Amino acid sequence: MSVDLEKILRPVDHEMAPYEPKYMMLASGEAVVVRQVFRDEIPDLLKHVEPLIHVERDFYDVVAARVYAELLGYYQYRFQDQYVLALQVDGELAAIVNGRQVTPTLGLSLHTLALRRGLRIGAHGFAAKMEYHIDTLGHDEVLIVAESPIGFRRWMIEYKLEKRFHIPHELGGVPSWALTRELFDRARSKLVVGRRPVPPELLNKAMEKILPPSDPPTPPLDPLAATRSMYDPTATSLVQQRWEMEKGMENA
Amino acid sequence: MRDVYVAGIGITTFTRLEYPLTEIASYASMMALKDAGLTEVDQIYVANMGSPRVNHQTALASAVADSLSLLPAGAAAIENGPASGAAAIKAGFQAVASGMDDVVLVAGVERMREVNNLEATDFVATLTHPLTEYIYGVTLPSHAAMFARLYMEKYGVTERHLAMVGVKNQNAALNNEWAHLQQEISMEGILDSPEAMTNNPYVAEPLRFFDACPVSDGGAAIILVSKEKAQELGRPMIRLSGIGQATDTHAVFEREEPTDLLAVRKAAEDAYAMSGLSPDDIDVAELHDAFTILEIAESEEVGFFPKGEGHIALEKGETALGGRIPINVGGGLKGRGHPVGATGVAQAWEIVTQLRGDGGKRQVEGARTGLTLNFGGFGNNVVCLTFVRED
Repeated sequence: MSVDLEKILRPVDHEMAPYEPKYMMLASGEAVVVRQVFRDEIPDLLKHVEPLIHVERDFYDVVAARVYAELLGYYQYRFQDQYVLALQVDGELAAIVNGRQVTPTLGLSLHTLALRRGLRIGAHGFAAKMEYHIDTLGHDEVLIVAESPIGFRRWMIEYKLEKRFHIPHELGGVPSWALTRELFDRARSKLVVGRRPVPPELLNKAMEKILPPSDPPTPPLDPLAATRSMYDPTATSLVQQRWEMEKGMENA
Repeated sequence: MRDVYVAGIGITTFTRLEYPLTEIASYASMMALKDAGLTEVDQIYVANMGSPRVNHQTALASAVADSLSLLPAGAAAIENGPASGAAAIKAGFQAVASGMDDVVLVAGVERMREVNNLEATDFVATLTHPLTEYIYGVTLPSHAAMFARLYMEKYGVTERHLAMVGVKNQNAALNNEWAHLQQEISMEGILDSPEAMTNNPYVAEPLRFFDACPVSDGGAAIILVSKEKAQELGRPMIRLSGIGQATDTHAVFEREEPTDLLAVRKAAEDAYAMSGLSPDDIDVAELHDAFTILEIAESEEVGFFPKGEGHIALEKGETALGGRIPINVGGGLKGRGHPVGATGVAQAWEIVTQLRGDGGKRQVEGARTGLTLNFGGFGNNVVCLTFVRED
């Protein structure tokens, strides 16, 4: 008798209500659309996440590597009850947030990856996914961890999260924090924004294609320069490198 | 007293710099030396406010002298709060003007992002009065907020005016490749849209997030020389023509009228008197907009506009590029960033860039005179400089 191993390996997803798209205005005056993306669009996201694996700053490398694995797991049916939201500005990918449902009353936040910095795009994305957990899926609380100091400030401090340190989070087994419905309600007026419905022209632009970010985070000029300079107190190598770079730019 | 000229300028990108403090100062200094065509100096002054506390490093000027192989030049660090940069330029001026030295390197540097934002805010707050301000939790944002509230009540300044300064300066930084903030903002996004309160929350009411400068790392440097040396080097002849420095009460509550920035007024008057210029003669200015309200108030105190009318001039576009007196065309502290010890030197760097005609997209057409205003404490130690292009 043959056994279809795929049926064993593939988790059974529970039905989850869809996220209703919304949009909001950024400090720049641009509109950002938040919408749910499904399996067919995951390959587009993977293309834009992969370069960030090589960005050795602000933990982009760790977060991007994990997001890549989570998206791939979702795409290849190796992740249970995951959802993915994309934030797009004029079609361009600005952030990805994802999470999953653990039980009908418990959610788990996976990642918030901002591909454009400085406009609270990541913060808006995080708020949107909490809205999805609490308001749409009806979760009582969401388990959260931060992998960077920026994330810690944005989630643990701004939302005043409660400790659930007895629960190891799925991300690295580290102690969890939790956003409860009550905490979310308290934060709602200050941190959760967005307008619905999304005007058709904005939504259509977002749905048309996930365009690559035009100004993604990039690696530092030379991630080893600071380390090397510890052995090179005159900083000669760094300065020479910068001058060579400038010369190159002048000649370009 | 001899005339003093700026023969070289250098700057690093203002951002988060994960390099040792000495290296940041040295890089800006090497750029300035290269610009001037010099390999030796007589004296080095390094402006810095927080290295002993924030970076656990002292005797910074000695370190810079050695790292640049400028031995055996004299070297001293100068700490004068956020006005350290211009105070160091003043010291450099005195050294050259007195005839003691012919070539002086003045560098300013700060690496504030080595600590988190709360610690950085606390470190800057140590300049407040220890017994009547600091121990009660007063910080610079709270000082500026109280000042802004008084200004609003007395002169009719509104949050819209503050946001206008923020938008003007942050967007001006887009034309300055060295500036920290390279992100366009709009009035709609930070003030008028339903999301504005989340995008731009109150930090210390009535000041919001985009009313404050960022916490930055960075370095800047200038080379001051005698007239003979300047002629020999062949760089554009830009004279440091006026210097004024003044102090005010340490505790702000002791001021008779807290909305009057008397030290700014006095420093500017002295700089004008020394240079023989008047406010109307200034083509381009760098004011200390650590908070947006300060640009408005300072533009009045340095004599560009009557008291209480800075915000009206702002509304008319008189302080924008192309206006009657363009202010902070390189982004100011708001857009370029504010590594405190470097700021006064960076302001001079911008003015010299302008007077050389090297401002690119932010160039003030035909600029021949410039002014910088470096505001220390909460206005209790202020240095004003004027520059004139002579050739």
